Amino acid sequence: MTPVGQWQPTASVAALRERAGQLAYLRSFFDRRGVLETETPVLGRHGVTDLNLDSVGASFEPISGSPARSGWLQTSPEYHMKRLLAAGSGPIFQVFRAFRSGERGSRHNPEFSLLEWYRPGFTDVELMAEVAELVCGWLGCEQPQTLTYRDAMMRFAGVDPFAVSEQELEQRCERWLGAGHAFGLGRDGWLDVLMSHEVEVALRDQPPTFITAYPASQAALARISVQDGIEVAHRFELYVAGMELCNGYWELTDADEQRQRFLADNDARKRAGKPEMPVDGALLSALAAGMPDCAGVALGLDRLLMLRMGVATIAEVVAFPLEIA
Amino acid sequence: MASYSTNEFRSGLKVLLDGDPCAILENEFVKPGKGQAFNRVKLRNLTNNRVWERTFKSGESLEAADVIDQDMEYLYTDGEFWHFMMTDGSFEQHAADQKAVADALKWLKEQDVYTVTLYNGAPLSVTPPNFVELEVVETDPGMKGDTAQGGSKPATLSTGAVVSVPLFITIGDVLKVDTRSGEYVNRVKNG
Repeated sequence: MTPVGQWQPTASVAALRERAGQLAYLRSFFDRRGVLETETPVLGRHGVTDLNLDSVGASFEPISGSPARSGWLQTSPEYHMKRLLAAGSGPIFQVFRAFRSGERGSRHNPEFSLLEWYRPGFTDVELMAEVAELVCGWLGCEQPQTLTYRDAMMRFAGVDPFAVSEQELEQRCERWLGAGHAFGLGRDGWLDVLMSHEVEVALRDQPPTFITAYPASQAALARISVQDGIEVAHRFELYVAGMELCNGYWELTDADEQRQRFLADNDARKRAGKPEMPVDGALLSALAAGMPDCAGVALGLDRLLMLRMGVATIAEVVAFPLEIA
Repeated sequence: MASYSTNEFRSGLKVLLDGDPCAILENEFVKPGKGQAFNRVKLRNLTNNRVWERTFKSGESLEAADVIDQDMEYLYTDGEFWHFMMTDGSFEQHAADQKAVADALKWLKEQDVYTVTLYNGAPLSVTPPNFVELEVVETDPGMKGDTAQGGSKPATLSTGAVVSVPLFITIGDVLKVDTRSGEYVNRVKNG
């Protein structure tokens, strides 16, 4: 445990330099492609409804014309950037300081750097090619392979995520959760156990790997389509050396469906004993006004730097992790 | 009894898991970006010293185990129990059974001080100090001149422990022994 009185940064000066170099690389990457750099609020009136993302709350004095006394530090710039897209911004990117409550570990700090970008007219497949270019151009790694969620689960955990029964899943997870402790996690929760304890571990020995075609229940803000008779989300993640690096969508643009998903999220939060989050009406209005068809992705910059430097903990690339910040 | 949430888990914390007292060794936070957060925890089961790996949903809690380590002097055995006395001046005595002393048995010397782990007030295990000094009661005749190096031979100590010693060691010598490895360290007194 880090001593509370420690004043020294946990990251080396070499890591600080590498971080500055990474920022210069990203800006030149997007400049060459005509993608506009933007800045959106860190403090907003709305958090997110995601079952597994908890926003950090903030309180402030009300201002003239707005009675709100509290808001949320954003878990990503997604909602604001989508409002820019709907307003006709064209392709945009942002280097953003995001906040996620309670997340601290060797790969997590509650405050972290996120690169997020949106490409009007791109599909998920086209955006994956650009992600590969950006990541491999910086890390010098080999080109990523692509596996569907189903293939990855079958190959590395021996489970067909779309065919397996809940009872089998629960039993399958007992080796990690203990006999009689696996109940109540739910289908996606059990799949998350296998993803984080088995698939992710197996991916350490694989070339960089895109996972695509997630179960529709894990679509979040991605559009859904039917592939081989199964409903899947146009969502992708990139794993490099077993480390989850980014999460991207071929974005949902349907305001009504988005509203339904937010409401379903809040139902799930209620069942899990978590506070419901107010739905961001401004985002829904932007979608209704017409956000262009686009693909977007968020990529963890601290983790990208960890991979670049070959270090095992996020503290080695973040100057002051939360406990000494 | 108090309980601890996964975010309070740290190395050394004593908790109850499946009814057994355990010490937490490691606590790793894992979470797929959009998915459920978990804590992958390594624990030592204090009743049998086995290491368990167990994953908890982040935010779950475990009941605290009433486990404390106390320095106690070893007094004697009646054949069924091994009797220890607190060194804090209270003269409070505790009787440890065979299972609790098992690992320490071959290092137990009367009047020496050991760490006794109490679970709900009763001895759960006895840990010897890292180094003990014990007298040789049996070994092959020594070779006085050979103090440099060469072979080794077994020697039986006063507690019954058998350790591998240099050839120059003789009966009556007092040896310093590392209880963690069971290895001879040096001779502290000539017999």
